[in-house]
Amino acid sequence: MNTNLPVLIVIIPLMSSFIMPVVGLIRRRYCHILSFIATSAVFILAIMLIKNVTLHGTLSYHLGNWEPPWGIEYVIDNLGAYMAAIIAFIGLSISVYSKKSIEKELNKNLVFYYTLHMLLLTGLLGIVVTGDIFNLYVFLEISSLSAYALIALGEKRQALTASFKYLILGTIAASFILIGIGFLYAVTGTLNMADMSLHLEELYGSRVVHAAAVLIVVGLSIKIALFPLHSWLPNAYTHAPSTVSALIAALMSKVGAYMMIRLLYDVFTINFFIETMPVGEILSWTAAIAIIAGSISAIAQKNIKRMLAYSSISQIGYIVLGIGLANTAGLTGSLLHILNHALMKGCLFLAVGAIIYKTGIKNIGDFNGLGKKMPYTMAFFAIASLSMVGVPPLCGFFSKWYLALGSIEAGRWIFALVILSSSLLNAGYFFRVLEKAYFGEQNKIDKTIAPASMLIPMLVLAAACIVFGILVYMILPYVQYTAISLIQ
Amino acid sequence: MRELELEWIIGKYNYWVFVLLVVIGFYAMTSKKNLIKKIIGMNIMQTAIFLFYISAGYIKELSAPILVEHATGYVNPLPQVLILTAIVVSVSTTAVALTIIIKIYQEYRTLDEDKIMEANQ
Repeated sequence: MNTNLPVLIVIIPLMSSFIMPVVGLIRRRYCHILSFIATSAVFILAIMLIKNVTLHGTLSYHLGNWEPPWGIEYVIDNLGAYMAAIIAFIGLSISVYSKKSIEKELNKNLVFYYTLHMLLLTGLLGIVVTGDIFNLYVFLEISSLSAYALIALGEKRQALTASFKYLILGTIAASFILIGIGFLYAVTGTLNMADMSLHLEELYGSRVVHAAAVLIVVGLSIKIALFPLHSWLPNAYTHAPSTVSALIAALMSKVGAYMMIRLLYDVFTINFFIETMPVGEILSWTAAIAIIAGSISAIAQKNIKRMLAYSSISQIGYIVLGIGLANTAGLTGSLLHILNHALMKGCLFLAVGAIIYKTGIKNIGDFNGLGKKMPYTMAFFAIASLSMVGVPPLCGFFSKWYLALGSIEAGRWIFALVILSSSLLNAGYFFRVLEKAYFGEQNKIDKTIAPASMLIPMLVLAAACIVFGILVYMILPYVQYTAISLIQ
Repeated sequence: MRELELEWIIGKYNYWVFVLLVVIGFYAMTSKKNLIKKIIGMNIMQTAIFLFYISAGYIKELSAPILVEHATGYVNPLPQVLILTAIVVSVSTTAVALTIIIKIYQEYRTLDEDKIMEANQ
């Protein structure tokens, strides 16, 4: 059982996405049950993976029993298990939440929604378990294609144009990554990432490798919507169905950041992207601009989902900043922020989804009195937004703390200042919403409570924001160990 | 010296074609206003990448990796296999894109990007 864990975590969601249309033919509501069972199984497997990895070290699975570097190898190390657990946890929460939300928003396309949801999870989990660089590309495209289709399911027709724009930019990004992989394959003759990294060591001076690095970094920057390349993101997040926004905001960009970490630290290694080429330098400056620009744009937004989308752009900046700093504290902050942002943004988008579900309110201007109208939903929203601002002891504080430490360690005070000022800007746009909701004037209050299947995932995510804040010392050794092993 | 340069340019003509096609495709994807033309550009760009992989794996004297008599050697079949996968990805991307385009046409009655942007406002 243990030896098959790395492949099972991909097979289960893949198979369930194939079975889903058949189940949908029999009875549509079984789709929800199947997606719940499959995501629960994936979550249990992810927990087992973490346990196995901490006990026995890196797990490896040879597909078709072909020895690496010839065959495709699935490798799960600390980072992979950590990412798989995040994906599984968010996937499970959203799968529970989907029941009511999808029945109302996309009743016609319920079966397709669940099929694509499982396919998206397959792609994301595949990215984090694979040790083969071409396989990485294929899984990236699986997840991206299902994301395009999921966004296009949105109610308004703007969802279609948003999805098309994302498709065009996403395909350009994927093509860049594919060309980069081709260059690397042409010079090293291998596709196994660990093997490739060994071969690359002698080739750091080669122009082909430099071109490959540039293409891959630019491609990934489009995929994770790093600031000047973010134009697809706001519309896509705004017009997608609420559960899809939550899923994509919480997971897609995080997995992109994982790919960036994996390729830069494990394939190119730190010697290359810091010393041979100033990739780290460029990334951290771009990220600093992204943090400020995203926050400032978020303040100007009227639509709540659009505000959260711009806030995502700034949060992605935090993650990339830590990647670019390339020291232990910075990378620890980055990895923590991958987890924390997934929890916080997931919770925020789900809360907004519940508000839209019950009241149809989308503009921040209409939030007056919502704190009393939907007390629980707004309470979870408030917890997640306070965490986003970085109020201790919520989880958002600790990732920012480590990122600031990393900036100071790297001798870049200006980044610490950027983090601080962006926290103030975050406070600006989140408190505007909270102020409206709790202290805004209201005429009459008719209390409504979102269905339990929507409240429980939000409760769990909001609770996780608190737990991973107060008990951060429980996961910190694991994350720090991961960061140290990546840097060496 | 001159001859060497010429040889260098002509000897790598497959890569020049690859670069040219990628640039044409990229131009069409980013600058064309018609959505179908964008998709055509996307396909040109992806085909260029296939050309790069396949031609990088081609060696004139060697035969395909099938056991035959009098073979001097075999080429690495992996680039071709990779491209088979990449073709599948490309076809699925095109299929999704065209599906979205059909829906866009049904909703907006146009495929011109500017007109769609106007209608969205």
